[in-house]
Amino acid sequence: MATRQTRTLARFMMAPSVILLLIWMVVPLAMTLWFSFLNYNLLNPANVSFGGLFNYRYFYTDPAFFQSIWNTLVIVVGVLLITIIGGIALALLLDQPIFGQGIVRILVISPFFVMPPVAALVWKNMLMNPSYGVFADIAHALGVQPVDWFASFPLFSIVIIVAWQWLPFATLILLTSLQSLDTEQKEAAEMDGAGFVSRFIYLTLPHMARAITVVILIQTIFLLGIYAEILVTTNGGPGYATTNLPFLIYRTALLGYDIGGASAGGIIAVVLANIVAIFLMRAVGKNLDR
Amino acid sequence: MARAVSTRTKIGWTIAAWIVALLIFFPILYTIITSFKTEPEAISGFSLIPSGTLESYWEVQSRYNYFQPFMNSVIISVGSTVLALLVGIPAAWSMAFSPGRFTKDILMWMLSTKMMPAVAVLVPIYLLFRDWGLLDSRIGLTVMLMLINLPIVVWMLYTYFREIPGEILEAARMDGATLWGEIVYVLTPMAVPGIASTLLLNIILAWNESFWTIRLTTVNAAPLTAFITSFSSPQGLFWAKLSAASTLAIAPILIMGWFSQRQLVRGLTFGAVK
Repeated sequence: MATRQTRTLARFMMAPSVILLLIWMVVPLAMTLWFSFLNYNLLNPANVSFGGLFNYRYFYTDPAFFQSIWNTLVIVVGVLLITIIGGIALALLLDQPIFGQGIVRILVISPFFVMPPVAALVWKNMLMNPSYGVFADIAHALGVQPVDWFASFPLFSIVIIVAWQWLPFATLILLTSLQSLDTEQKEAAEMDGAGFVSRFIYLTLPHMARAITVVILIQTIFLLGIYAEILVTTNGGPGYATTNLPFLIYRTALLGYDIGGASAGGIIAVVLANIVAIFLMRAVGKNLDR
Repeated sequence: MARAVSTRTKIGWTIAAWIVALLIFFPILYTIITSFKTEPEAISGFSLIPSGTLESYWEVQSRYNYFQPFMNSVIISVGSTVLALLVGIPAAWSMAFSPGRFTKDILMWMLSTKMMPAVAVLVPIYLLFRDWGLLDSRIGLTVMLMLINLPIVVWMLYTYFREIPGEILEAARMDGATLWGEIVYVLTPMAVPGIASTLLLNIILAWNESFWTIRLTTVNAAPLTAFITSFSSPQGLFWAKLSAASTLAIAPILIMGWFSQRQLVRGLTFGAVK
């Protein structure tokens, strides 16, 4: 079937996608790399000079840098923990016989489709507001002092909001994986007298391992880039308490006009993302062979 | 399932599942409820029963010109998806039906472009957009989102096309179908569902994209993500209006999302989980 003609045609059909993505990947990244070695401030665009590694050293010695790396990690790890553990529990629950399963699924999956600014503003105002929010109302009803979430636990509040957005994704994928588990295997284990816990540990969990890996890797890629949720709730504050790496780069570039510094930060972000990407590519690549 | 489940067990699970599901859905439900309240009502304590006023919806349109960002969202998300399909369908098609030695490598490389953090290219993209006069333009943003989603589009289409069996083509040929007949009567009907799912998921992703849409627009081209973000400035508590704007912003995509749950798994895991 693959004559020379069809092969040429195939290449021709592929070309637009490949060329577009190649330009999209190479040009901006090369520019970022180049800028990262320049002393380049938008407030003083006439005075651009080569600075060598100055920007990296500057970024590296900035205390905000380490805080932002730490905050990035806290957001990624915190959200992953909540969504994976919660997702497994929810998937197990939704796999049970339930009246109205379709509607329950729809309700659980919904937060994923809410755009980040809406999710963050709704949580910040209507739920977490210390005077009028629903959580404050609950606290009043229980007779305890309401918590000022964004003042007392700013980073934790962001983690909660982001976890709410991503819990459906984890649940849906883990449920899909759970439902592909052979029922005969489950029944055999049950007949052999395996209880719920041992069935879960020795049968269900190993079966879901691959799906869990995929959830971790894909979420990590998105979680490394959390931006809008921070912008509309804390704007990175108080101080640098909720500034993650993307937010720090945004601040440096568009509020500090420091093109060189922001580019150096961008290159660091690329390195971080690539470490995760390598693992994800392996997991997905394995699937291609089958 | 072969096992008989007693109705009592089922009722127990049902209650547990519904409670959890309603808790997860609550922030959305409460937003919808609050959108039908008046502003003083919205901040006067917990209540699930609104007065049912449409005032907030009316004000969101009359005072903030809601229709403009809404149309921007529609134009940008649909436009970028259609563009990505136009470029992606031939690519996925050729990779699925006449794979070469490097097809797998090209696919993996396309996936890798998706790993690049957006913020890493914020500076060059911003400067290029500024110099080319594309800041706050619908065209610039449409092209941007098309590039961002193109790898997902190609991947999703590829996993769908790959499932179309090659033998069916041979059978059609044996029956005397021409190449044109093959494409029109055999392949297209089998490819349409995959293309439709890809379209749906990518409109959702483009609609909710909240980095470039916020950073590259100000007023004229601002889609709903940027519009809603403008509500974050602490100019007072306009919760009812915020809720009305939010409800309108998420309703269409929520409904589309409900229809595409299954494709979502496939699209976002690049076929790794089905």
